[in-house]
Amino acid sequence: MPTFVRTDKCDGCKGQDKTACMYICPHDLMKLDKDGSETGHAMKSYNQEPEQCWECYSCIKICPQNAIEARPYADIVPLGASVQPLRGTDSIMWTIKFRNGTMKRFKFPIRTTPEGSIDPYGGKPKADLGKIAEPGFFNKGEQNGWREGDASELICK
Amino acid sequence: MAEFGNPEVVEEEVDILIIGGGMAACGTAYEIGPWLDAAKDAGADIKVKLVDKAALDRSGAVAQGLSAINTYIGSEQDPADYARMVSNDLMGITRDDLAYDLGRHVDESVHLFEEWGLPIWKMDENGERHNGAEGLPSLKDGGKPVRSGKWQIMINGESYKWIVAEAAKKALGTDRIQERVFIVKLVNDKNDKNRVAGAVGFNVREHKLHVYKFKACMLAAGGCVNLFRPRSVGEGQGRAWYPVWNAGSTYAMAAEAGAELTMMENRFVPTRFKDGYGPVGAWFLLFKSKATNAFGEVYMDRNKEMLDDYPPYGHAAVPASCLRNHLMLKEMREGRGPIWMDTVTALANLRETLSPREVKHLEAEAWEDFLDMCIGQCGIWAGENIEPEKKNSELMPTEPYLLGSHSGCCGIWASGPEDIGAPTTEEHPEKDKIPSHLPEGWNWGYRGMTTVKGLFTAGDGVGASGHKFSSGSHAEGRMCAKSMVKFVMDNKDWTPELDTDVDTLMEEIYRPVRNYLEFKDYTTAIDVNPNYITPRMLQFRLQKIMDEYVAGVATYYTTNEHMLNLAEQKLEMLKEDSLKMRAKDLHELLRAWENYHRILTAEAHMKHIQFREESRYPGFYYRMDKNFVDEENWKCFVNSVYDKETKTWTCFKRAHKDLVDKSKLFK
Ligand SMILES: Cc1cc2nc3c(=O)[nH]c(=O)nc-3n(C[C@H](O)[C@H](O)[C@H](O)COP(=O)(O)OP(=O)(O)OC[C@H]3O[C@@H](n4cnc5c(N)ncnc54)[C@H](O)[C@@H]3O)c2cc1C
Ligand code: SF4
Ligand code: SF4
Repeated sequence: MPTFVRTDKCDGCKGQDKTACMYICPHDLMKLDKDGSETGHAMKSYNQEPEQCWECYSCIKICPQNAIEARPYADIVPLGASVQPLRGTDSIMWTIKFRNGTMKRFKFPIRTTPEGSIDPYGGKPKADLGKIAEPGFFNKGEQNGWREGDASELICK
Repeated sequence: MAEFGNPEVVEEEVDILIIGGGMAACGTAYEIGPWLDAAKDAGADIKVKLVDKAALDRSGAVAQGLSAINTYIGSEQDPADYARMVSNDLMGITRDDLAYDLGRHVDESVHLFEEWGLPIWKMDENGERHNGAEGLPSLKDGGKPVRSGKWQIMINGESYKWIVAEAAKKALGTDRIQERVFIVKLVNDKNDKNRVAGAVGFNVREHKLHVYKFKACMLAAGGCVNLFRPRSVGEGQGRAWYPVWNAGSTYAMAAEAGAELTMMENRFVPTRFKDGYGPVGAWFLLFKSKATNAFGEVYMDRNKEMLDDYPPYGHAAVPASCLRNHLMLKEMREGRGPIWMDTVTALANLRETLSPREVKHLEAEAWEDFLDMCIGQCGIWAGENIEPEKKNSELMPTEPYLLGSHSGCCGIWASGPEDIGAPTTEEHPEKDKIPSHLPEGWNWGYRGMTTVKGLFTAGDGVGASGHKFSSGSHAEGRMCAKSMVKFVMDNKDWTPELDTDVDTLMEEIYRPVRNYLEFKDYTTAIDVNPNYITPRMLQFRLQKIMDEYVAGVATYYTTNEHMLNLAEQKLEMLKEDSLKMRAKDLHELLRAWENYHRILTAEAHMKHIQFREESRYPGFYYRMDKNFVDEENWKCFVNSVYDKETKTWTCFKRAHKDLVDKSKLFK
């Protein structure tokens, strides 16, 4: 399902030096066509290598203009379907349109804390250099996740 | 002014370089903070940098999100049970020390993910499932997860990577993170060729060559995809099961630096929903669905006596993954395909016991499973008008992938924990064939260090373990953070010196650009030119060789000694031709070096299959000339080292040993 950019919606991220879709694509696929020499549409983005698209939807989810969509791979999928998300701060809404017109909508939570609120070391102990060569992390046991294991299981010890 | 082909050189000296920004690297970035503080208090000011070829928020295999955390031990299971499962699924040849160690650490990371905001499904006291945002007690406080299997727990994981990256970025600080730098190679130390002193790469956005010098480095750049011809070769080529952007950088760069690789013959051929490669785990385990041949026969029952050919691995409660493929492939080869996932019956059965509210919930869960981690599969269902309660879906084994963190175990030979009873000496008949500069035993000082001094790895990088998945990769990255800090403190007076000068490195890395600029006007067609090869064609050639000779889908995963010998010759010529890669822009330079990494990874895979004179993973690959599992001669690790000067591989055996009792699996 390679992505495509709608000419009527993309504003090239308002001419910022880094567009959101270029920033995020893990495979370096989205590209801003500054002067229109590559697509005929200046200051709009496009997918420069559609056959390398993993359809991870990272660019679709991040585009502030909702200008990016995906068209299911033409060499695999009959025409007419679409799967489009709207990602908010705590949930994501999906709209799925079938070839035969059936529609489905789903909403799922994506995170339980406000974006940007993670306090990585808040309330956690300091690391003890004396234990650096021992098993266990700097906050060993603080998360109740350390599994000591039954020592008798280790048959060569 | 820097321009294409004439980049600015940026040299930087740090103490620790982290290569990659995926689950493992984010684990390292998180864990290292408090140890750096502690080191500082002790008078050591340690400088760290993390480089990723993409953006941390969505880089690596978790870019799309996930619908499950596949490694969660829980308070009710023992790390030894986990080590046993890993071993059996990988046909008996894994390192118990690595798996056991992971098992005792991993839940610490999972509980942190929940604290940071990852919604984890919960089961209430009536056995009803709730999504992770409904406020039930956290796992840390005794909340009950929803198990979709013995080791898996369900999550609402669309933002999984986003959340883990936020913690990593906050912990390390954005000024210590450099995105969009692709590392091409590690550089050995001038005075010790068995040590790393630097790494070099280029900026994918600006004309900059980055040269890093360091004391220690963690290489966690994921597994390898697209070294085999994918089943779809048009637009759908990018829809690989594992992410197309994991290009074998971990294995190739480690090999060139001299690191010992292990089990590179292992591969993973997942059976997935056809074409979209949507996950099947929840369908089998949570929705209790069955897979059948075209006639509705359950192949796991129909062909179950085939499991008797592979004792003891076929006789565990859950037979090894490759054997499940083996039973399915028989149906396909003998013309009883297609293979169906019987979603209709499964959902109908569940309907009988559930309330209408729960049924609606169930439908959403089924779609979420794809929407969280394989959206393309939804596109296929929508395009083919498939509603799982009304219409079954086809299953298909994919093309092979190389990875060490999912259900595969290829990777780098890494130093394990010292307190689990792992061997410290090497005792087996072919001991003298192990190159003498390599360490004996399974631990040589620093957890997660490879056999090259100063080079650490985690996640897909660590071989002979497997089944670490997202959570385990994070935990393994954290283990490396500690040991790298210790390593740097132990080596505080040592200064890295590169064995190659910067001009030479620049020449090498920008050769594809030079090839292009020098010859581009020789013909009128930019892509057809006798003086260079496009990265795209180089990749097609690699995929053709691997598919047709090294047990790809074209031959139903079969090969033999003669086919492998041909592959060997063809790969050698391909490697020679990689000197003629062209790059017409920075994007293509990225593709050029990714494909070079793929070639080396592919070569390692081929050499290991050639060396191991048996078929250890039936269902993943068959050496038809040695189509059996030979416990007597081959229940051992196959390891190798690469010599970057002569460009040749040396394969050898290392002894296998059980550190936990495996017979418990079969009682
Ligand atoms: C389809 C799929 C389904 C999965 N399902 C599950 C699941 O349900 N549950 C679960 O727990 N796990 C699952 N996993 C496994 C999990 O995603 C991996 O185990 C984990 O991401 C491995 O971590 P890693 O850090 O080794 O690699 P990755 O997370 O892949 O990270 C690799 C990193 O290296 C960077 N990189 C690569 N090459 C270079 C280079 N040359 N220079 C600089 N940077 C580079 C990449 O940009 C990326 O940041 C799944 C994976 C896939 C693909
Ligand atoms: S993120 Fe959206 S608006 Fe911005 S350049 Fe890309 S497609 Fe255009
Ligand atoms: S869907 Fe993913 S791989 Fe495809 S262009 Fe967007 S970000 Fe890149």
